[in-house]
Amino acid sequence: MSEAILPGAGTRPFGSRWGLHALSEGLWGWRVVRAMSVLVYVFMFAPIIVTMVLSFNASQFGGFPMTGFSFRWFGVLMQNDTVLRAFRVSLIIGSATALICTVLGILAAMALVRYDFHGKEWVNALLICPVLIPETVLAVGLLLFLHWLQQPRTLLLMLMGHVMMSLPYVVLVVQARLIGIKRVYEEAALSLGANRLQTFREITLPLLMPAVLAGFLLAFTISFDNVTATLFWRPPGVETLPTQIYSMLHTSISPEINALGTLMVLITVGLPLVGGGLARLLARGQR
Amino acid sequence: MAALGLSAGERRRPWILLSPTLVTLGLLMVAPTIIMFMYSFYTDLGGGRDRPDFNPTNWVEFFTDPYYWKGIWQTAWVAGLTTVICAVMGYPAGYLIAMTRFRHKWLLLVLLIVPFWISFIIRTLSWIHILGDQGAINAVLRWLGLIGEPLPMLYNWGSVIMGMIHFLLPYMILNVYVSLEGIDRNLLSAARTLGCTASQAFREVTLPLSLPGLGAGSLLCFVLAAGAYVTPLILGGPRNFLFGNLVYDAVMGELDWPMGATLSIVLLLLLGAIAVVYSRYMGLSRIYKGLSR
Repeated sequence: MSEAILPGAGTRPFGSRWGLHALSEGLWGWRVVRAMSVLVYVFMFAPIIVTMVLSFNASQFGGFPMTGFSFRWFGVLMQNDTVLRAFRVSLIIGSATALICTVLGILAAMALVRYDFHGKEWVNALLICPVLIPETVLAVGLLLFLHWLQQPRTLLLMLMGHVMMSLPYVVLVVQARLIGIKRVYEEAALSLGANRLQTFREITLPLLMPAVLAGFLLAFTISFDNVTATLFWRPPGVETLPTQIYSMLHTSISPEINALGTLMVLITVGLPLVGGGLARLLARGQR
Repeated sequence: MAALGLSAGERRRPWILLSPTLVTLGLLMVAPTIIMFMYSFYTDLGGGRDRPDFNPTNWVEFFTDPYYWKGIWQTAWVAGLTTVICAVMGYPAGYLIAMTRFRHKWLLLVLLIVPFWISFIIRTLSWIHILGDQGAINAVLRWLGLIGEPLPMLYNWGSVIMGMIHFLLPYMILNVYVSLEGIDRNLLSAARTLGCTASQAFREVTLPLSLPGLGAGSLLCFVLAAGAYVTPLILGGPRNFLFGNLVYDAVMGELDWPMGATLSIVLLLLLGAIAVVYSRYMGLSRIYKGLSR
């Protein structure tokens, strides 16, 4: 019983940097947890790292063995007009989606956080639907709707679809931040004679900026990444970057795909990291 | 703002702010779902043409053709197995992140979020480099001289499930982590002071309190796995299809819109039923929590 009264004491020696949470588990249990977690992280990143390594392979085949180090396939990629076109489409659709979602998301979050009204739960339930409904169903539904209206498949359809799928995430992110912003600031501005629009522009929006940025990037990445629904929505002859990769996979896995994958990882991981850093700087500047 | 008596304008304001969002979702999600339901009774004329009708043929075909039932059955066990493996792999990782005193815990969390940013299609195709004939495992085994011919590990259920676990695991870990992080540590100290062993304290306190997170993670994993069709297309062979593939083939392959609508409605109803049963017992608020990370 004595060691149970001072549970922390017995565990100190094993603590090191990966400290054992003194009160929660025995040593062996913790070791197993640690080993499994390391394996899980390896499992999550090993395939991506292998792909990135292979993109520098000089060989003309996509797989092992490595025959030499070379930037050759990045060069080949830059000459590939189809890929560049797909990249442009993805960039345009992603930016437009992010812009629209951010504006709509801020408005919706303001309503949901700053006002009490009947039917709020229903709005919340509706907002979570695009997340829970399988993308395949969302995609078929919207496509069928257009078919029913006898409209052709255009880039506008793809844009609308991406907006629908990204919007809930943006609302969630902005909402979470808005809850943390005290109303006192807004009330002070209002009582000092600012109107609602001024109050929003001068007080709320600057405080909300980190979430706005995060929401924008999130919407962009969701749109930029999407393949499941986009395979249904893409107009004839138009590819986004992910659907282009999918089409290229039909023949075989080429080193060009690996190079493209490496570039995409660098873009989609680099962008939020830079964005996160910016947001932190902005938040610090306000204090 | 405005705690004093609400004017009519004041009451209308939230709806004005919400209207663009509601119109977007109404027009792009609700209306299409209704049309889809209607469309499942249309008559297919072949070649992408169809006729407005009240024709139960599609539904009869769905209920009588064993091919579709096989699709449902395959989808259920593949999604179920994926979910169970995700839970087994994800729980310890979520536990570690929540309980560790490692100084750079934030790093573990960032590494957990990073996969969400990496293109889904890249993450999926990267498994070809691990399991394929020219993949890492076969390359290593051949280099060691253990095998002469590459082991066939790709284009079967194993590789499909591997790809889906890879994509779903972060959802599971995040949900488990969020619920473990919310547990009052005093409860654990109390259990230990009252004479529980470490494993008893885990079984009696930690595990039960983290079940909502495990449940939310499992629901997300199951729903997302059961709706997938791209992973089997990339990592599976011709026999490894899920229900989503049947929908894709009907709509994009055969251009049979009414059948595509019928199958979509089936998928929606089956997964919707699971989500409804779940929310009756657990509530959906957990899901928000996991998503807003």
